Amino acid sequence: MKIHIDTDVCTGHGVCEGLRPDVFEVGDDGIVHLLTEDFTEADRADLEDAVDQCPTQALRLEG
Amino acid sequence: MSRLVVVGASLAGLRAVESARRAGFTGAITLLGAEEHLPYDRPPLSKEFLTGDGTPKHFRTEDALRTDLDVDLRLGTPATGLDVEQRVILAGNDAVPYTAAVLATGATARTLPGLPALSGLHTLRTLDDAHTLRGVIRPGGKVVIVGAGFIGSELACSARRMGAEVTLVEAAPVPFTAAVGDEMAPAITALHTRNGTDLRCGVTVTGIDGDDRVKAVRLGDGTTLPADVVVIGVGAAPATGWLAGSGLKVDDGVVCDETLATSAPGVYAAGDVARWFNPLFGETMRLEHWTSAAEQGALAARNAIDPSAATPCTLVPYFWSDLYDSRVQFVGVPTADEVRVVAGGVGEDTLLALYRRGDRLIGALGVEQRRPVLRMRALIGKRVTWDDALEAAAE
Repeated sequence: MKIHIDTDVCTGHGVCEGLRPDVFEVGDDGIVHLLTEDFTEADRADLEDAVDQCPTQALRLEG
Repeated sequence: MSRLVVVGASLAGLRAVESARRAGFTGAITLLGAEEHLPYDRPPLSKEFLTGDGTPKHFRTEDALRTDLDVDLRLGTPATGLDVEQRVILAGNDAVPYTAAVLATGATARTLPGLPALSGLHTLRTLDDAHTLRGVIRPGGKVVIVGAGFIGSELACSARRMGAEVTLVEAAPVPFTAAVGDEMAPAITALHTRNGTDLRCGVTVTGIDGDDRVKAVRLGDGTTLPADVVVIGVGAAPATGWLAGSGLKVDDGVVCDETLATSAPGVYAAGDVARWFNPLFGETMRLEHWTSAAEQGALAARNAIDPSAATPCTLVPYFWSDLYDSRVQFVGVPTADEVRVVAGGVGEDTLLALYRRGDRLIGALGVEQRRPVLRMRALIGKRVTWDDALEAAAE
């Protein structure tokens, strides 16, 4: 399972960080960075929510 | 055979379809959309769609909807009725039977009573509206926007960027009070003043002059504003007209319980059209926000296809607006016992204000405070105390 961030599209709303602060963090550059890429099936629902709720559709879940 | 019918093909309807498939729903899915367009993203319509190259942002291709999600997609097909006894959605001459349904018909732009039918008079809600405005707002043109809410305000920014001369007219003494509360509304209003937009507050529109085309807007204070383009931005009303006579409980939106279930068996609602009981705040609310539509669409579909496992919708409201170069963000609800500014200030480049009800944090407003605001959203969801919120804000 991999999360892709489209850094051209992300404007740092931080909705994803609100859902999973251990995975996503809006940096000082105003865009989201991943704090981990180590995901298990238990993370899937949260990651799907993060993708679905991203106001700029900057996230994509693969796998 | 089971069939989920989703009425409304904007964000909430799309998320409903996606989430039903993701939850393993193998029955038929019909998605009815009133507009001819594939589901598209609405927030850009008052912003970069106007100032940019005018390309709409579609969420998914038609093929992805029809093939990948196996959706019976019917665009340009507004629902016209609901029969809760027969469990049928009516769309003109079509009758679509359902075992479960999600109503996500959104809202339509309000207008002012008694306006003449003139060309040059517009509202902004749909892609077609935005496409039209893109064609008529010209450099040097005179644009009068009636209503300085977020749509009117964003449109004012965009029209100025497009080179037009803009006047923004607001009936209330201060705009944004419903959205962010009385105390902080001036902080948003200040963005217009700081950026030199001609904002006239506390004045009503008494008439619009013109023969075939609009020529001027007459105001209650005796002023007449010459205009080539007039846009009425006085909010949106839930699209519930098609439910008249269905027996479904409607009261400024489709009335839902905490799981988004309506008064009819198997029928759920989501997005701008849904008024539901939010247990997190202990009150009913109807939101016209992007993230609420996304969250509710997904949840309503999951609950509709498996009502025995229905879960409550406890979301923390979130909306944002991009005004000039400032991002305004609000989380939670604005009806508070106390509002405290913890960073920056009203009329400054940046502001963070926290909203308290009892001993709980219930809201936060930020101007150019992207990280803190969404952190407050998570804290509101966890029902943190006011003291804990102040401590977190100080970090």
